[in-house]
Amino acid sequence: MSVSTETTLQTMPMAKALNAGLRQAMADDPKVLLMGEDIGKLGGVFRITEGLQAQFGDNRVLDTPLAESGIIGTAIGLAMRGYRPVCEIQFDGFIYPGFNQITSQLAKLTNRTEGALQMPVVIRVPYGGHIGAVEHHQESPEAYFAHTAGLRSVSPSTPNDAYWMIQEAIASNDPVMFFEPKSRYWPKGDVDLSQSAAPLHASRVVRLGTDATLVAHGAMVTVLLQAAELAAADGISLEVVDLRSLAPIDYEPLLESVRKTGRLIVAQEAPGNVSVGSEIAATVAERAFFSLEAPVLRVSGFDVPFPPAKLEKLFLPDADRVLEAVDRALAY
Amino acid sequence: MAETESTSPAPAVQILAADGTVAPTASAEPYLEYLDRLTSADHEQFYRDMVIARAFDTEAANLQRQGQLALWPPCHGQEGAQVGSGRAARAQDHIFPSYREHAVGLVRGVDLLGIIEVMRGTTHFGWDAADPSNGNFRPYTLVIGAQTLHATGYAMGINFDGATGTGNPDTDQAVVVYFGDGATSQGDVNESMVFAASYQTPQVFFLQNNHWAISVPVTTQSRTPLFQRAAGFGIPSVQVDGNDVLASYAVTAKHLDSARAGGGPQLIEALTYRIGAHTTSDDPTKYRTQELTDSWIARDPIVRFQAFLRGQGASDAFFDGVTAEAHDYAADIRRRTHAIADPEIGLMFDGVYSDDHPLMTEQKQWLEQYEAALDGGAS
Repeated sequence: MSVSTETTLQTMPMAKALNAGLRQAMADDPKVLLMGEDIGKLGGVFRITEGLQAQFGDNRVLDTPLAESGIIGTAIGLAMRGYRPVCEIQFDGFIYPGFNQITSQLAKLTNRTEGALQMPVVIRVPYGGHIGAVEHHQESPEAYFAHTAGLRSVSPSTPNDAYWMIQEAIASNDPVMFFEPKSRYWPKGDVDLSQSAAPLHASRVVRLGTDATLVAHGAMVTVLLQAAELAAADGISLEVVDLRSLAPIDYEPLLESVRKTGRLIVAQEAPGNVSVGSEIAATVAERAFFSLEAPVLRVSGFDVPFPPAKLEKLFLPDADRVLEAVDRALAY
Repeated sequence: MAETESTSPAPAVQILAADGTVAPTASAEPYLEYLDRLTSADHEQFYRDMVIARAFDTEAANLQRQGQLALWPPCHGQEGAQVGSGRAARAQDHIFPSYREHAVGLVRGVDLLGIIEVMRGTTHFGWDAADPSNGNFRPYTLVIGAQTLHATGYAMGINFDGATGTGNPDTDQAVVVYFGDGATSQGDVNESMVFAASYQTPQVFFLQNNHWAISVPVTTQSRTPLFQRAAGFGIPSVQVDGNDVLASYAVTAKHLDSARAGGGPQLIEALTYRIGAHTTSDDPTKYRTQELTDSWIARDPIVRFQAFLRGQGASDAFFDGVTAEAHDYAADIRRRTHAIADPEIGLMFDGVYSDDHPLMTEQKQWLEQYEAALDGGAS
């Protein structure tokens, strides 16, 4: 971690930014607990919680038994007791044993109690492909949770957002599904330790352009920025919106962009069928119909289980697949 | 067909024989000191609790048949297990019920109209566990076994808070979680015992083995007596005659005190029987014989305790008084059920999130305007 000339600006990878954000949240509030498999001495399989158990102790950083439903269900009980648990799910594809506790209990308890019971629980989920891993280790399950009332779902794309969004998620009085794009854990970026760039649920224009709008979340934002760079060399000006929040979705910056460019391409690693991208396409068509010069196009993973790693480059949308969609949109 | 396992009374802790005479089993010996603490007023209260709970339960089932409720899950037959364990919990303890623990809710101070409201469909809530008058009795959980993990997490929090194990039984907190024989097959129940053992939670797992998970007998859930499973988790356990309110009380009180004294989680299997249907949507004649049910009616917890009280010299006037009280309780429930208002639109949206959420605001506003327009635009 290198310190720049401005003392509040540090360069670090997202993994370190998350670690720093968790450390800050734990220092700020003694009720914040971390729970998960191998997150103590080992620091988690991605080392996101490295050093935190040594600093805060066994009762603040819990190496739990190996049971995802158990982790979420006991986190709910701890939240009933006044704690703010942050659960780590080791990999995206391991979240399903906890699905009932997340969707039928965590998501519904505040509603079930007519608002009397708050559920400030964060569930961190390393997700997505690009890491060449085996089955169940590269999935993008966010649509299941974005679909579930009572949950909030967010995904940072940069170290700066990761540092701030994890703290904002922990401060939320509602359960937050925190999707960490694991392929972005290691590239470095600037983190401004003095102030957050945007509220937790704000979407943001991260590159200005005029010919079409691209929108994505997580690791796919980087792909969109690459595509915009390539298109610029061909004289095509693409605007890029980082969604940041999948539930709720902050539509206004996106709609403003579409009203300007008239074209929208939604990109995601997840399979496209009944996806977050589908919802965005439908909503933008409803709310900006007369601004659109072309149908909203989706660039997604295929509607298949995540393939063996040697095929992931064909499964995951890359800059060329995004640009192919841009060409189609511009042809209208 | 193995309809039910033979509930050999030998290992189960029992204080009262089926005829109400005091005849403690050898296994009851460690628990007898807890009975010495009970006064005749306590005994009368136990009886009153069970009779009122049954009157309430009967009234609620009738209200369902009259179209007032969507569903009713009766607790008939399980009053001994529920009143005994519920009365054994101390004021500072926290109770995590499933959805059939009406008698426990009663003894913890909950207005049982809340259960009626839930089953009528006017709310998912019914009562607020944070309200001190509700005795730390949590709202019902309908997904089988899910509450066992919440109870264990809550008990972990009690440990982290240092709110137990100080040596003061009047303030040290513990948790009781209720679940049934069917629930023991759920992953969550097993995971909750793993976590409870690992974190040595101050917690009693109170398993009401009522022998039926809707239509499936307990023998399909387990080939071993359920309380023996606890050993595999490193959790001490005991089997008790759940239709013996004194045994249920003494066993729960002792194990709760062990849990609050740092003894870690404990499991109690209360042998009882679901005399009624699973719910009012069920038809027990399709899967069990009347003879079997009759054999359990002969072990009715209220009849047994009434015989005990008569042996202690309780008067007809006492029994008549309780009967009248229970009648009044049921009548009051019936009257108030008819007065329950339908919920407002806001109930659907206002409690989904604690913090502001744009979709809730938008959709609530839309529905209100839409409804107002249907009313002739007289908004």
